Amino acid sequence: MSTHSTYDLLRHLADSWGLVMMTAIFLGLCAWPFRPGARPMNRDAANSIFKDESDV
Amino acid sequence: MESALKRSGLWLAGLLIAVLACAAAVDTGFAIHMGIVGFACIIGLIVTLRGLDMSRAILSPDQGRYDDDVIRWGVIATVFWGMAGFLVGLVIALQLALPVLNLGLEWTAFGRLRPLHTSAVIFAFGGNALIATSFYVVQRTCRARLAFPGLARFVFWGYQLFIVLAATGYLLGITQAKEYAEPEWYVDIWLTIVWVAYLAVFVGTIIKRTEPHIYVANWFYLSFIITVAMLHIVNNLNWPVSFVGSRSFPVFAGVQGALVQWWYGHNAVGFFLTAGFLAMMYYFVPKQAERPIFSYRLSIIHFWALIFLYIWAGPHHLHYTALPDWAQTLGMVFSVMLWMPSWGGMINGLMTLNGAWDKVRTDPIIRMMVMALAFYGMSTFEGPMMSIKSVNSLSHYTDWTIGHVHSGALGWNGMITFACVYYMVPRLWAKPRLYSLRMVNWHFWLATVGIVFYASSMWVAGITQGLMWREYGADGYLVNSFAETVLALKPMYFLRAFGGLLFLSGAVVMTVNVWRTILGHQRDEAPMRDAAFDPAKDRPIVAVAA
Amino acid sequence: MTTIVERHKKLERNVTLLGLAAFAAVTVGGIVEIAPLFWIDNTIEKVEGMRPYTPLEQAGRDIYIREGCYNCHSQMIRPFRDEVERYGHYSLAAESMYDHPFQWGSKRTGPDLARVGNRYSDEWHVQHLKDPRSLVPESIMPTYAHLAEHELNAGDMTAELRTLYQVGVPYKPDDIAKANDDLEVQAQADGDATDLKKRYPKAQARDFDGDPKRLTEMDALVAYLQMLGTLVDVNAPAAQETLAKEKGR
Repeated sequence: MSTHSTYDLLRHLADSWGLVMMTAIFLGLCAWPFRPGARPMNRDAANSIFKDESDV
Repeated sequence: MESALKRSGLWLAGLLIAVLACAAAVDTGFAIHMGIVGFACIIGLIVTLRGLDMSRAILSPDQGRYDDDVIRWGVIATVFWGMAGFLVGLVIALQLALPVLNLGLEWTAFGRLRPLHTSAVIFAFGGNALIATSFYVVQRTCRARLAFPGLARFVFWGYQLFIVLAATGYLLGITQAKEYAEPEWYVDIWLTIVWVAYLAVFVGTIIKRTEPHIYVANWFYLSFIITVAMLHIVNNLNWPVSFVGSRSFPVFAGVQGALVQWWYGHNAVGFFLTAGFLAMMYYFVPKQAERPIFSYRLSIIHFWALIFLYIWAGPHHLHYTALPDWAQTLGMVFSVMLWMPSWGGMINGLMTLNGAWDKVRTDPIIRMMVMALAFYGMSTFEGPMMSIKSVNSLSHYTDWTIGHVHSGALGWNGMITFACVYYMVPRLWAKPRLYSLRMVNWHFWLATVGIVFYASSMWVAGITQGLMWREYGADGYLVNSFAETVLALKPMYFLRAFGGLLFLSGAVVMTVNVWRTILGHQRDEAPMRDAAFDPAKDRPIVAVAA
Repeated sequence: MTTIVERHKKLERNVTLLGLAAFAAVTVGGIVEIAPLFWIDNTIEKVEGMRPYTPLEQAGRDIYIREGCYNCHSQMIRPFRDEVERYGHYSLAAESMYDHPFQWGSKRTGPDLARVGNRYSDEWHVQHLKDPRSLVPESIMPTYAHLAEHELNAGDMTAELRTLYQVGVPYKPDDIAKANDDLEVQAQADGDATDLKKRYPKAQARDFDGDPKRLTEMDALVAYLQMLGTLVDVNAPAAQETLAKEKGR
């Protein structure tokens, strides 16, 4: 395969499916922490740095 | 005893190699550097022979206490190198206004001192702050003592040796002439070794944590360490002319060299000066404000979006150059997109104070943190704007870039580091409070006014110069010679130096404050608010023996 | 669904996975932007006249690098009317193809130097480097009088050229073998540079620093400056054809 056709292939991929895939993954990752089940976990994680102040 | 003998043998071997390399050196600079390495080996040997290197902290660490030795050294190093870096910055600022200050000596000319300034503030001041805070944060958030205590000490001292070799190299004219990557091949190899050890200590501590979740600050530190390793190695692929000489040639040339360099250069900003310092923000701002981060979910999005987008932005340093057009456009688009996660992070930090905004008034450390975030927001707006090609055509090659960098470096990196130092010092040295919170306030104002002078004068200088370069008269000829544009900037260069002087004065106030806190002094003054601290509770969780 | 949740929890709690995911995220951009430059044929075209540096020019370049000239001088003219009128034809990618490292710079505290060669006399450069303000009163450049005092101690140029060859600069075996002699010959007022000029077209051979008895650092630096931008005839048809392929400029 010549370098030129590799370029064309990748270029085509970047303009179509590659772009769709990357956008989908990005949006998925953005939505991820907002899923309902994550609420308590996020609260715990955010407060984890204060645990040492409430040790018995 | 036997192992002490072995370690002494290692030091002796190191000393021998350094002496041989010094004797065989093909240039003076390399010989001097090997002399410095030999000297470091002698110090190591003395420390080993006196039995100081295997302290109880390494041999039988008390897992019930945090390992704070390295952090204490790191804080002192941060303050020391900060002072040195700011001072050299002031000197070179004055050199641009009064060229006689170059002194006519080869070692003190602007071209050699400028890398000294940039490396001192980024890698020495910023790097030590990152090492110290990351070791502080990773232990506290993991509730575990540092893994590999001996290696942690090696990281600190090895990094200081890197700084000394880099700094003396610049003065001697040893440089590979790539901005922010000036150290030559053997110094690069040494830094790689130190950096891998740093990664091992950091990851090792996370692995032995007792807290199930890895707090988000550690994500930022981890991505900073990994990415800087990648950038450093790729951008410093060099071939030395001689293995006993300082000179080497980069594998990449021309266009490829330029893109690799600015891929490195921009992400040194993105991961060294942004991701690492955001990690500080995510731990120290909530701790000082005594409330959790505004949105933990936002912090996760912030993390992934920031690290993914940042890496693309490098080509905006090469607009309208011989770099292919598509790469320039890609760099511009991603730079503009980068504005969103940057501001997301800023909002997350600032909104942490929601419901406690009175602390900005009463707590000088919080005030410093808020100002740091404000400057972060300002420079991450200015950056994407300057990466737009039409804006860049004016701003590139001018002092506008210098002003932009300093509003980020002085405002964001400087201020957040000062705040973290003020937070950590009383806790690390087990003092009830800082020597003076009022002095933190003085520092805040000196630094803020200094930055305003700096950024505004460079903004005016940059736009003036950019416009003068492209000014055409009615006759269709260029109006200004280059020399005229240089003359026009002179007042701005004086104002910039004045701003730098104020910023340096603020750092002097900090040095006094930190020094007297360590000595245990307390200034007699009206109290201000500070976050509460109970030393008895500042401990790791030790796994209960079965 | 629950399995995905479990998997993500793993990511958040497993430092190795977290590190690998972060590494993957930061490599994408670099690969997409940098890798094509090494095999897309339109990045750099060989252009008529471009050649590796002579040993003396290379030694001068080493001094340029050592003194940190790139901190204040760019070597990259952008395609704007004012820059082209001020500094000359805008820079071609091919003109820095043998630059290890590139010296495009990022700041113009002083003017661009990409085409400074042959614009001023040797005497002007020597005087300007010794005392910039004696010629340009507004200048804020440091003085470099010491360059004229120091003998050129370039080291073994054979080793240097061989290293450059190893990183991709097409020096011929002959160039490497004769490197140290070439260095001397090019800086002599009355040397025989015929062979040198045959191997390095457009090379300028003369005493550059006004002191024919000595080979100084000033000789090397001025030789380098006088060469900058003189190798490629940018207005020749071949060069213009190359430029047309550098899209978007």
